[in-house]
Amino acid sequence: MLKVSRAQGAAPSWGWRLARFFKRLYAKPLSAIGTTITLIFLLVALAGPLIAPYGENEIVASDARQPPSAQHWFGTDNLGRDVYSRVVLGARQILVLSGLGTFLAVVGGTFLGLLSGYRGGWVDEGLMRFFDSLLALPALLLALVLLGTFGPSTFSVVGVIVIVYTPIVARVVRSVVLVVKSKGFIEAARLQGESQARLLLREIFPFVLPALAVEAALRFSYAIFLVASLGFLGAGVQPPNPNWGLMVKEARSFVNQVPWALYFPAGAISIVVIGVNLTADGLKRAWQAAD
Amino acid sequence: MITPVLQIENLTVAYRRGGEWLEAVREVSFHVHAGETFGLVGESGSGKTTLVLAVMRYLGENGVVKAGGITLAGRDLLALNPVEMEKIWGKQIALVPQNPGSSLNPSMRIGEQLAEVLRHHFAMDAAEANQHALDWCERVHLPDPDRVANSYPHQVSAGMQQRVLIATALCTEPGLLILDEPTSSLDVTTQAVILDLVRELIRGRQTAVLYVTHNLGVVAQVCDRVGVLYAGEFVEQASARELFSQPLHPYTQGMLASVPLLGKTKERVHLRAIPGQIPPLGELPGGCVFRPRCQLAVQICETRPPLYVSSPDRIVRCHRWAEIQKGQVGDWQLPAVSKMSEPAEDEHRRLVLNLDALQVHYPRHRSLQEALLRQPARKVSAVRGVSLAIPQGRTVGLVGESGSGKTSLARAIMGLTVRSSGSIALLEMPLPISLSQRDLATLRRLQMVFQNPEEALNPYLTVGETLRRPLITLLGRSRAEADREVADLLHAVRLPVSCAARLPGQLSGGELQRIAIARAFASNPVLLVCDEPVSALDVSVQAAILDLLLELQVESGSSLLLISHDLAVVGYLADKIAVIYLGHLMEVAQATDLFRPPYHPYTEALLSAIPLIDPTAGQRPIRLAGDIPSPTEMPSGCPFHTRCPRFLGEICEKETPPWREVATTGKRYYCHIPEDDLRAAQERPPVFGRSLTR
Repeated sequence: MLKVSRAQGAAPSWGWRLARFFKRLYAKPLSAIGTTITLIFLLVALAGPLIAPYGENEIVASDARQPPSAQHWFGTDNLGRDVYSRVVLGARQILVLSGLGTFLAVVGGTFLGLLSGYRGGWVDEGLMRFFDSLLALPALLLALVLLGTFGPSTFSVVGVIVIVYTPIVARVVRSVVLVVKSKGFIEAARLQGESQARLLLREIFPFVLPALAVEAALRFSYAIFLVASLGFLGAGVQPPNPNWGLMVKEARSFVNQVPWALYFPAGAISIVVIGVNLTADGLKRAWQAAD
Repeated sequence: MITPVLQIENLTVAYRRGGEWLEAVREVSFHVHAGETFGLVGESGSGKTTLVLAVMRYLGENGVVKAGGITLAGRDLLALNPVEMEKIWGKQIALVPQNPGSSLNPSMRIGEQLAEVLRHHFAMDAAEANQHALDWCERVHLPDPDRVANSYPHQVSAGMQQRVLIATALCTEPGLLILDEPTSSLDVTTQAVILDLVRELIRGRQTAVLYVTHNLGVVAQVCDRVGVLYAGEFVEQASARELFSQPLHPYTQGMLASVPLLGKTKERVHLRAIPGQIPPLGELPGGCVFRPRCQLAVQICETRPPLYVSSPDRIVRCHRWAEIQKGQVGDWQLPAVSKMSEPAEDEHRRLVLNLDALQVHYPRHRSLQEALLRQPARKVSAVRGVSLAIPQGRTVGLVGESGSGKTSLARAIMGLTVRSSGSIALLEMPLPISLSQRDLATLRRLQMVFQNPEEALNPYLTVGETLRRPLITLLGRSRAEADREVADLLHAVRLPVSCAARLPGQLSGGELQRIAIARAFASNPVLLVCDEPVSALDVSVQAAILDLLLELQVESGSSLLLISHDLAVVGYLADKIAVIYLGHLMEVAQATDLFRPPYHPYTEALLSAIPLIDPTAGQRPIRLAGDIPSPTEMPSGCPFHTRCPRFLGEICEKETPPWREVATTGKRYYCHIPEDDLRAAQERPPVFGRSLTR
């Protein structure tokens, strides 16, 4: 079948590519599970208020410290808030924060990586040494230092993700650019007077894309982790926000009375991180199969 | 009757791919007797590697012998299990692989690797094995065997590595020696030395040799009998002498007619390419596999031809062999052509490109110690003062081995290397050194075709987009105009317009090179630099590309700088040829004169090193000692003196030679030996023999 399309077919359309891409993603059981988990969480984040039975800070006093039941699926916490609703509503919050941060880090990292790899010389040298100094600190430590400087807010959490992950993305992009830029077709394009912007975006960027997609998915899962960790440490978003990390922190003191208030948000963190990680793995495999 | 060492009967080998079995080799039968060399010739995709793998029992997990038998000295190889095969490998069948660099263990000294084989197969003790290993180093003429035996593989040249592998293969006195393209990755002068060595070592030994190659010249020089593989089938099997004097299969004829021969210039012959390309597995045509590309195909060819026995020990798989033998059809000899251009009136032509004392250096980083001691930064010069002029509408060929600086020269002209000095003038205007300082008008006039078409085209851009870009950027066409002109470009390089929608991954190497050529010609350049335009392509495709370049040049009036390691290719296409060695030009001559004495001693060695496609050719062996020196250790005096077969003595070591001019032909060469002395020494017998075409 493939042979036939090779002999007669033109360049495949984007729709066809997307369909083939998902088919590959669902070819292995692990990446199929991961992708499904990720899609479910994205759906939950999107639907948020529609499926949450209560508001995030709605206190049902009579129901305080209730174990999981038909009425409160995940039970209620020590203040009497519905844990299920908070986990569902927290999904949007954590995914949006980490998603936005990752997106900006990917855009910035791609730009800097393309520039640094293609230009070389002192631009490359300067940027890379600066990134090295950022990467020398553990991500969490760097994040705490930055939050200490900016002050804790939703906005600064996004900023922290961008600062922590831009260097990593930039390095991945740069390494691909270094391989591609010495290829004959880049020289041929230069001999035809192509502008630098076009060289980078049209000729080099398609090579970067697979590695970038994998890296973005991986960064996304670490960003979720980071947002939750910062919440737990009390340095990021502040109560009464339904941040999963924050929920774990609050429930920790009452773990003997309301263990479910701790287990459900903690479980949500691990499941979504595992899911996104498996998706990243599947992405890598899908692209390797495409080559 | 004597049992042959290797007997292959009706062998069919298949690979499993995507749930179906694809037969890469079908019904192949041949045998190799002791003391005989059997050549297996074919292009890539012909199944020769599969055949070797099957004989070695090295087929991967997805490969299987579907039918037929392989017997080694009367023993059924296919019936043996891997443990039994271990006793056969190395001891009874030895393999010399294509790439010497990756076949030696980089972490073991060369002597140890040889000794290990001896210890394993002959149960020798360490001292005895080491002594034998050293003997073998001498027997394969390694210079300074003690030192080489104590070196690691990366410390010696590729030619020496290949000698070591030959020693490793032969030291067990195997019954069957398989040589899989042993010289394909080597330079022509090194190849000649290795071929001599192979011939010397197998002479007088009762080893059966299976020699696998795509190079017809090598086959003609080394093999007794030859089998020609095409798309997994033998199309013809004959003695080397018969095959090359009277090929009976249209494919063999086509191959012979498509290879440029030494000294045959475009004024005298016209290469004839085989149309089309080898069909991929799974898309084999019914009937005769060669039918879609065959000029002689008729109705009967739609049925599969059997193996006809045309004479004892000669078989051919073609329905029309008898007619071909009688000369009724299939005149494969190259037709002479009327002159396409007249040489020797260059004075009236404008110079498109003029290089004056061009130098190209690559900087070497200083070590910390050197930097602290404030020593000046060192540099490696790849091109050392080349002066060359290219007249309008002419083709100038630049020939050299790897490491001679020919690619550096091309890149300097194109502005792709920054560090060069000397002057480059395009249409009598000085050209900025760096590409970024050149304006669009200059870029338009100067274009390049790269060696490897797969690397020269962006795999993510469609052919149409690739071809459209120069029209838009260099000629300022609108998108719609450019799209129309893309169709014209594709037409000019004989490709269907539907190609425009394809991605490079969907096309073959020959088609890709056509597109790369179309892109280069898009802006109608005055000078096109072609860096090894055909070396990455199969023989039968090469001719088509060379002819295409020739035609496009005649149509457009562009000048061509053709860079190649292959003297025959350059000789065919070029009007003027320059020979380069270690960044110095050695000789500059009209193409027709280059092949006549007096030659520069280096040119002489190059000419005599090329294996001729004629087993009867009496070629005078002139072999170069050692390897091309590293550009960091430039010899003093004449750069060629370390290897020169006509070395005079102190004068060559101390003084740079003068440029001498041969009065009658205008040939210029860089040597201390005067014209008359050189001519007297080289007059006869011929350096390179008589070739097949008239």
